[in-house]
Amino acid sequence: MDLLGWWSDYTLRTVALGTATIGATAGVLGSFAVLRRQSLLGDTISHAALPGIALAFLLTGTKALPVLIAGAAVAGWLGARAAGGLTSVTRLKSDAALGVVLSVFFGFGLMLLTFIQRRPDATQAGLDTFLFGQAAALLQRDVVAMAAVGAAAVSLVALFWKEIKVQTFDPGFAASIGLPVARLDLLVTTLLVAAIVIGLESVGVVLMSALVVAPAAAARQWTDHLSGMVVLAAAFGAVSGASGALISASARHLPTGPVVVLCASLIVVVSLLAAPARGVVIRRARDRRARRRFGTRAVLSDLYALARQHDDPEHAHAAAVLEAMSGGRSGVRGDLEELERRGMARRAGDDGWFITDAGRARAERELEETS
Amino acid sequence: MTAAQLEIQAIAVCAAVACAVPGSFLVLRRMSLMSDAIAHSMLLGIVLAFYVVRSLQSPLLVVAAALTGVATVALVEAVAKTQLVREDAAIGLVFPLLFSVAVVLIARLPSGVHLDADVVLLGELAFAPYERWIAFGWDLGPKALWVTGTILVLNVAFVTAFFKELEVTTFDPGLAAALGMSPVVFHYGLMGVVSVSAVGAFDAVGAVLVIALLIVPPSAAYLLTDRLQSMILVAAATGALSAIAGFWLAHWLDASIAGSMASAAGILFLLALLFAPDRGLVAAARRRARRRWEFAHTMLAIHLFHHEGTPQAARESSMRHLGESLRWNDDFRERAVAGAAERGLVTRHDGRLTLTDAGRDLARRAVVR
Repeated sequence: MDLLGWWSDYTLRTVALGTATIGATAGVLGSFAVLRRQSLLGDTISHAALPGIALAFLLTGTKALPVLIAGAAVAGWLGARAAGGLTSVTRLKSDAALGVVLSVFFGFGLMLLTFIQRRPDATQAGLDTFLFGQAAALLQRDVVAMAAVGAAAVSLVALFWKEIKVQTFDPGFAASIGLPVARLDLLVTTLLVAAIVIGLESVGVVLMSALVVAPAAAARQWTDHLSGMVVLAAAFGAVSGASGALISASARHLPTGPVVVLCASLIVVVSLLAAPARGVVIRRARDRRARRRFGTRAVLSDLYALARQHDDPEHAHAAAVLEAMSGGRSGVRGDLEELERRGMARRAGDDGWFITDAGRARAERELEETS
Repeated sequence: MTAAQLEIQAIAVCAAVACAVPGSFLVLRRMSLMSDAIAHSMLLGIVLAFYVVRSLQSPLLVVAAALTGVATVALVEAVAKTQLVREDAAIGLVFPLLFSVAVVLIARLPSGVHLDADVVLLGELAFAPYERWIAFGWDLGPKALWVTGTILVLNVAFVTAFFKELEVTTFDPGLAAALGMSPVVFHYGLMGVVSVSAVGAFDAVGAVLVIALLIVPPSAAYLLTDRLQSMILVAAATGALSAIAGFWLAHWLDASIAGSMASAAGILFLLALLFAPDRGLVAAARRRARRRWEFAHTMLAIHLFHHEGTPQAARESSMRHLGESLRWNDDFRERAVAGAAERGLVTRHDGRLTLTDAGRDLARRAVVR
């Protein structure tokens, strides 16, 4: 496929812009969900939206997207509130509350959908695209509507930025300075619902939750600032959405929703591995360096202690002795070689080692520092 | 009721009870949503096994699905262990990834192969009686009944055999470790059982609604009882009832059996939430209302007792003044006084209230306390 040609292709451009909008909005609101340890609230909301779609169709008889999305929003919102309510009025923990709401709402939606499908007037075709999503069906006006909803949600976040920030990180403090904590929570949940329902038609009920969690979790790895995280999450979401749409269009039999999720997951994997300061790779390297530093210091001080028991400063000691002195720790030989490279120890014979003057000076300095 | 209807209900009940037993431990261990991850990821196991054996009938598919379930748990824990994301986010990252891979692989299958994501995901119990197990010319009944029945027996056997261990590792992992039971072993044992149950419930309700059978009945039971044994029994009964009620609901609406079973379970959960003895919302509301009146009666008694024998006694004990000094509106005042009189705390003459001995006693005790 011509990489620049996609812009002139109406369908492809619409789909890519649509999924990018969905990803960016979900990234922004998902950041707060992830930081509040409510990552799976998105999963519950998107599943809980299903009966709303079915009921909206049953009540109005139309398949107009705004009507169905409004139904989805109401049901998703009710589901989120119900899960919150269950944890506060019963002794159920949040995982069980989310699970109950998710499965019961989804089951109810499935019952309604199949009920609709088996009715004789069968104008229902297309309702089940909400399960797995069908991005190719996006029209330009849908994308404009999505962008409007997304922009409204993001502006509300910007408007109440400070309040939401305080409430996210320290709800107790937020309440003590007189912020309307419950209403802020309601606001964030409502915006999250909005971010999710605009994506249901393209990405599907089952996978929409991934776009809430993945960009935010990836963004978290690169920064310790909320503003940076939100901006990055929006960017990651938009990139996953657009690239997912383009990749899925480049080959046959590549459904958009899953490919978008795969792109987002790839960003997560790279972030978890390679992020500076937090990433697994850098942490491994840092751990190894720290272990080596600790090891060489211990071996050096052992060599120093041994040297003090002998008159001959170049009296060699077997590596096995040093290993025994460090409690059988593996890596002692590596530490010795490292000391040799730094000129603090020298080899004598095949397996003998002794401390150099430089090493002695260093060991004495370290002993002084620690005493 | 036809034989097929009876068989469908038997399969549904077996699946529901088989799920309710390990599901109780999931709810207590706060791992409910792990079942969501397991149920979704299984699709990948099924697809991968299908790519290898090229048959949808092979038992290898079931084995692969169960193994993927356990692998999902391990993967979630590995991601959470990096401490770069919290456990809830780890679940939310892992299963959509595995599920997406599965959906893409299914889409890449040559057309004509009947493996649809939505069949696996949503299940179709109505056709289960047509897949029969026939050995040596004998019709032994629907295959699904054998599968779910076997899993039910295995689950009950597992939980009965390791009840003590599961109980201790669930409520006090530290103690369990001190007693020499490995929490890790039982954790993965339980996850294996959950995975196998989820596979077995596939045919009955599909992957997504497996979580309804695993979580909803035990959650309802958790609202009703304080003992582990009774919680498991109540959960099993709730699951069985949801299965039967769901079947008839689906029959009546001509809708998905799986969806109807989840809806029925939801209704039973709602009933438990509202009407549970002591902890239910109705019982709690009634208790609150009763306390409110008891408090009002006590306030009234203290007020009268405080002014008894003082020059202001006549004024303070008049009905008209009472509302002002206790800040009660007329309606509340009338009902509070009527209630107090009914309890024999006060008597009422010409708009004046007098404490009875019982009322005086109550006031004295309340003030001392």
